[in-house]
Amino acid sequence: MKNIFSLGIVKGIFFQLIGSFLGAGILGVIRALMGLSWKTEPAIVLGGLVGAIAFIGGVGGFKDWWKMAIGHEVAEANQIVGEKGMRRYFGFSLDHKVIGIQYGILSMVLLVLGGSLALIFRVELAQSGLQILNFVQFNTLVGLHGMVLIASILMGIAAMSNYVVPLLIGAEDMAFPRLNAFSFWIAVPASLILMSSMVFGGFETGWTAYPPLSVRGPMGIQMFFLGVYIVGWSSILGALNLIATVLTMRTKGMSLFKMPIFAWSVLATSIISLTATQLIGLSFQLVMFERLLNMSFFTPSDGGNPILFQHLFWFYSHPAVYIFVLPGLGIISELLPVFVRKPLFGYKWVAMSSMGIALTGFLVWGHHMFTAGIEEYLRVPFMYSTLLVAVPTGVKFFSWVATIWQGKARFPVPMLFVLGGIVVFLLGGLTGPPSGTVSTDLHLHDTYYIVGHFHNTMFGGFIFPIFAAIYYWYPKITGRRLSETLGKIHFYLMTPSFFIMTFGQMRIGLLGMRRRIADYDPAMGFDFTQLLITIGGFLIAFSILIFFYNLIVSAKKGELATGNVWNSRSPEWAILPSPAPIHNYAGIHFNVVGEPYDYGLKGSKYVELEKRDQYKERDL
Amino acid sequence: MLNWRIENNMKHFTIVSVLIILLTIIVYIFLQSVGLLPIQASSQAIIIDQLFDIHIGIIAFLFSLIIVFIGYSLIVFRRNKQFPEEDGKHVTGSSKLEIVWTLVPLGVVIFISYLGALSLAETRKVEPQALSINVTGGQWYWSFTYPDYGITSDVLYLPVDRQVKLSLTSADVIHSFWVPEFRVKQDVLPGENFVKELRFTPIEKGDYMVLCAELCGGAHAYMNSPVKVVTEVDFQDWVDEELGNFPQDPLSLGERLSKNNGCFGCHSIDGSDGVGPTWKSIYGSEKSLVSGEKIIVDEEYLYDSIINPNRQIVLGYPANVMSQNYIDLFTEEEINNMIEFIKSLE
Repeated sequence: MKNIFSLGIVKGIFFQLIGSFLGAGILGVIRALMGLSWKTEPAIVLGGLVGAIAFIGGVGGFKDWWKMAIGHEVAEANQIVGEKGMRRYFGFSLDHKVIGIQYGILSMVLLVLGGSLALIFRVELAQSGLQILNFVQFNTLVGLHGMVLIASILMGIAAMSNYVVPLLIGAEDMAFPRLNAFSFWIAVPASLILMSSMVFGGFETGWTAYPPLSVRGPMGIQMFFLGVYIVGWSSILGALNLIATVLTMRTKGMSLFKMPIFAWSVLATSIISLTATQLIGLSFQLVMFERLLNMSFFTPSDGGNPILFQHLFWFYSHPAVYIFVLPGLGIISELLPVFVRKPLFGYKWVAMSSMGIALTGFLVWGHHMFTAGIEEYLRVPFMYSTLLVAVPTGVKFFSWVATIWQGKARFPVPMLFVLGGIVVFLLGGLTGPPSGTVSTDLHLHDTYYIVGHFHNTMFGGFIFPIFAAIYYWYPKITGRRLSETLGKIHFYLMTPSFFIMTFGQMRIGLLGMRRRIADYDPAMGFDFTQLLITIGGFLIAFSILIFFYNLIVSAKKGELATGNVWNSRSPEWAILPSPAPIHNYAGIHFNVVGEPYDYGLKGSKYVELEKRDQYKERDL
Repeated sequence: MLNWRIENNMKHFTIVSVLIILLTIIVYIFLQSVGLLPIQASSQAIIIDQLFDIHIGIIAFLFSLIIVFIGYSLIVFRRNKQFPEEDGKHVTGSSKLEIVWTLVPLGVVIFISYLGALSLAETRKVEPQALSINVTGGQWYWSFTYPDYGITSDVLYLPVDRQVKLSLTSADVIHSFWVPEFRVKQDVLPGENFVKELRFTPIEKGDYMVLCAELCGGAHAYMNSPVKVVTEVDFQDWVDEELGNFPQDPLSLGERLSKNNGCFGCHSIDGSDGVGPTWKSIYGSEKSLVSGEKIIVDEEYLYDSIINPNRQIVLGYPANVMSQNYIDLFTEEEINNMIEFIKSLE
């Protein structure tokens, strides 16, 4: 028992519970002293906030900072060895690889949760009529499905960035290890708070939480707002850390244009996270205040403006789409050359296209509001800027095609997911312009066509690439390879199921199926397609179960990974053993002597150990 | 040797080009033949569908371009089993190509944006003799007022081939007016400063549905009202009937009023469950309230529940759903008429 309680996460959750009750209690006492009666809504908000901070206290996140504040010495991160074995993943660790895995576990847990929520409402939608859910339950599930998976994606890209970036650029750790651990751990109580919205009556607004609807209705929305708000801290601080790491911690000789391309996409993503996340936090905070303190920002009858919220919300939430997909596209650019044995075509252009997407991404939020009643003069400029995103995205696609062209392609599981990602993201990209031109969007907005479109971009830009990344770097993490057979079953089951799902969604959307409705008119003839979509969804879930089975079994029984598993040029494969040692390259000296992707150039190398290290025996 | 390679390359590019053209045609014809969109019931639908056509063409071409190049290369140039370790050719890039596939798409997207702007302008052409209709959306009903005639209805009657100008407003949260066959959509916002305008011209007689496209909580899925596009003559007949030729007894007036103000969106009259209690046999029945007390539904309770809906809520139903302003909206006589109607539902 004592053993379990010594796990950081258990302690953290225990502290969070106590903190939540304490926070709620304090508010009750203050109100009582003021002669006011008990009110649940402000109590749970304060309770949630105090609980989240208490969690960090419980997990041990403030210990070192407190020591520093009172003038004590603390150990440098690269001096700490930390715990061994599985336990280290459940407590406060400063090791970027441990934190990367922790992010990955959280991402997968949220993926399962968010996906399961979808499966429940997909059962409801499999036929017309209301069968298993009532309206509030349906709306809550739809909204949480969206936001839980957004959190899962944010955690997933943090997992990839945290684990891979320092390895790729030859750093021993991230720039700010303590901040890094804090960014991860604050996301855990945030996820719990987000999920708790179901307990407090749910919410009816979908993940977009438009007021005035979000100002009325069940108070579960407050936990939704608070959870997202705190996940936002995680995102902002994580991005800050990654930018500092990429800019300052590169190994000797690695200029910006000699970084592995994934580092560029992480840099671009982090710039967006660092500068845009505040806006969703702000917009949600204003609605919280509107509910708690009766301030009116968005309710017209009290002088507010409901469209203002949408501007603030989408100013983050559109660039957020690029936060979600840029790392995934970076994974595609990173792995493609390894598996076609050719240089990445137009490295600098691909790197700059990430920056281009990040920049143009800030100029297009209005396309979510073409039907919202924004000022007339805004719609056409937003249409121009929206379609402009196609240009840097096109550069990526054409460069991938040119990379593949005449490449000696081989097809292990990571490559399958890379190719799947390219095709699915292509569909996501091509279905975009019809909703980018105003007049066609008047038909498409808020329909299942949009649902299909963005599931394509999310699967192509995140789900497929993160699976590729996991299959690719798993040997670096565990020292063993994932089963190729199970991986192929996973891929060949998930991909067609996804197409059934997404084509079904777009089909009925074009014909008049609205988003977020619990029931539809059987006269519209959507029953059969809806059933197919549900079946597709369940098959995807089943394929992911196979993936988890593979993850767990291969950790113990997988084929041992020795040497450079994928014959890659990048330093984590060319220099480090598997699994990667603690503090990565500590004690190793290597130089960047060539270009990262010069496959096919005889005798060229990207990185080379310094002479004095070449004689050292390392268990490569 | 060099000649042979160039020739060989030409061969590959020729095959790929032919395949791209073929696949483009197949995809385009396929997408055109499966019936992607509902029928075109407004002149705006025709304009918008023309832009859809252009999009479908571009999608077919770009899809084929990328898929054929990747597919062909993966099949034809894939790793040779005899040389498993062989690398591809060392080609690091071509600034010329990159500039081409930056500038050409840039030109294309600017041109499409221009077409999009033209299309939008075309859909928004104003006709001076347009029929004005004030649309109110609320949780969860639509109500249509014809200011020229003084008619309020829960069915949107429209004369064919005449532009309508909708002025849309909401009684509570954001809704969205959408008839898929008309293509156009406009969010409906609360607040007198946020009245939005939407114009379209129905061109096809028939029955359609206006659907609420913006999540508005609760019964959002059921926030639909019939749209009837009829000839100018039939429209005039409907107007005449609405204006006088309906029964003037309190019961019928109450029924009309309830229907046109969306009461049935929440309160069924056939006994089925809804967001609020059904009206069927409610009069004279005994109900348990949220407060714990039990009451007999009488005229006084009904009157009070209409003007002050949050005071005595029946157990099992949510508060804050019904508008609180019916006291300003209806006269006392009108409310009494509605009560007469409710009493009649046994």
